Amino acid sequence: MDEVIVEYIRRTVLKIPRDEIMAVLQKWGFLSEAQLQTINFRQTKESISHSVAQLCEESSANIKQAALLDIIYNHIYPNKRAWSVYRMNKTGEETDFFDFRDFKKKFRRQIQSALINVTINFREYEDNAIWIRIAWGTPYTKPNQYKTSYVVYHSQTPYVFISASTLRSNLPLLCQAMVVASNYHDIREMELRSHCLNSLKDIVFKRYSQNFQTNYPLQERNVLTENVDLRINDENSSEKERIHRLNQECFGDGPQPKLDFAQYKLETMFKSDPKWDVLEKKEPFRCLVKFSSPHLLESLKSLAPAGLADAPLSPLLTCIPQKARNYFKIREKKSLHPGNFVALFQLQDSSETQHMPILST
Amino acid sequence: MAVLRPFDKLPELNCATILLVGAEGGPQQQLAEAMLREKKDFNINIHLASSLPLPPERDHLRPRIDLIAFVIDIKSKYSLKNVQASLAYVDVRFFLGKVCFLVTGVGRVNNCSVEMNAIWKLGEDYCSPVIFCELELEGIRVATAQRLLRMLQICAGRVPGVSALYFSLLMRNSAGD
Repeated sequence: MDEVIVEYIRRTVLKIPRDEIMAVLQKWGFLSEAQLQTINFRQTKESISHSVAQLCEESSANIKQAALLDIIYNHIYPNKRAWSVYRMNKTGEETDFFDFRDFKKKFRRQIQSALINVTINFREYEDNAIWIRIAWGTPYTKPNQYKTSYVVYHSQTPYVFISASTLRSNLPLLCQAMVVASNYHDIREMELRSHCLNSLKDIVFKRYSQNFQTNYPLQERNVLTENVDLRINDENSSEKERIHRLNQECFGDGPQPKLDFAQYKLETMFKSDPKWDVLEKKEPFRCLVKFSSPHLLESLKSLAPAGLADAPLSPLLTCIPQKARNYFKIREKKSLHPGNFVALFQLQDSSETQHMPILST
Repeated sequence: MAVLRPFDKLPELNCATILLVGAEGGPQQQLAEAMLREKKDFNINIHLASSLPLPPERDHLRPRIDLIAFVIDIKSKYSLKNVQASLAYVDVRFFLGKVCFLVTGVGRVNNCSVEMNAIWKLGEDYCSPVIFCELELEGIRVATAQRLLRMLQICAGRVPGVSALYFSLLMRNSAGD
């Protein structure tokens, strides 16, 4: 058991960039300062990891310490994992006092009643975030420390951020345990996924700069007229001003939350010239459109000013942060006037249905 | 008055105007600033537009345009389409030496979206010189600004003995050799 733990610690240290290893180990706090001084941080990472493993073996690290190091690593570098957002519901307005020990006990008991071979570790952070690390095994094998799921739960909110590993079959058990331990009634997936955990939190807790409709426009709107040589005349300055204003209305002023992609599943009828009978099937035309980008919302915001799209952008794209989702299913709604060239699309939303008018040619 | 005509307005004293059409954003603005920094003995006005026709409400304020440079970004098919659509709004007398095509982005061969043949054909169809450059590089930007400035000087009639038509024929013949 010891060699497995030591090897696991060594591999975790290998993942950390060399300049940060000292800081992470100090945060971990398992090795004393004296021990840390004996490590030569100027050698290769491979050698550093071996030195650390050696020290841990001498100090008899146990599985709890190893798990703690893993939690600290994932807390500092959460963007290496893919996170999904879940929302829990409860009927009634009881505001229970959140007892961390009670929560831990119930969570552990719930999971272990179904599967005994798991390693569960908890850590509470200052912003009321509880990080839970679960290493999964099977009914017949010990937990595999390399197959972990992470749960981040802010106790004052109904939102849970889950980064499942490849073992997605354990996801229902995990959700069940969350619901029971936190005294809610049910949990549902929110169709919002990204690699950037902080951006997901920003979207869900509404911490990004949103745009509020004001009746009084800002006085200082001189963004486009500063430092301009009078000999250079922009013929389209009014157009640029309009695009800038529309962009401000759609996206707001501040930095956008970081999302990786937006996926639209279309189940709409193909609209064509009536004389092309071939395509006039009665079945909807299925199609999947996926927009991916290192920073999706910023690139959408810069589409219109770069001249690559018309402003205003389609509400399907701009509603992503407000609706807090990046998976959409678009079905067709029968319009009241068949001769009208405006088609109404219905966004599939489990809690409410919205009608968004979109022009189709 | 949607079409741009070369001799509709009276020229201004000691002044020449160039219109840069297409590829809006950074490259246009930087080229304009580079042109302004060059030493010259006349005043220049630079007008930037993303496409033609120009907005009619500012027509009375606009001076006579001496040279139109259509900027095509090789990385974007959209800019070529934009320029082709704008060409319809230019009076035919402009093409006697007062129009040139500026093709930017040639430094990045990997990101080429526009066919070279299309650009050559454009230059031949409209009898206008095609200048290749890479506006993202400082040195080439300055050199291109100098060339445009020289062409502007000729098109505004400020070089005695050389007319715009003569100069454009000179450029085309030397390019063909």
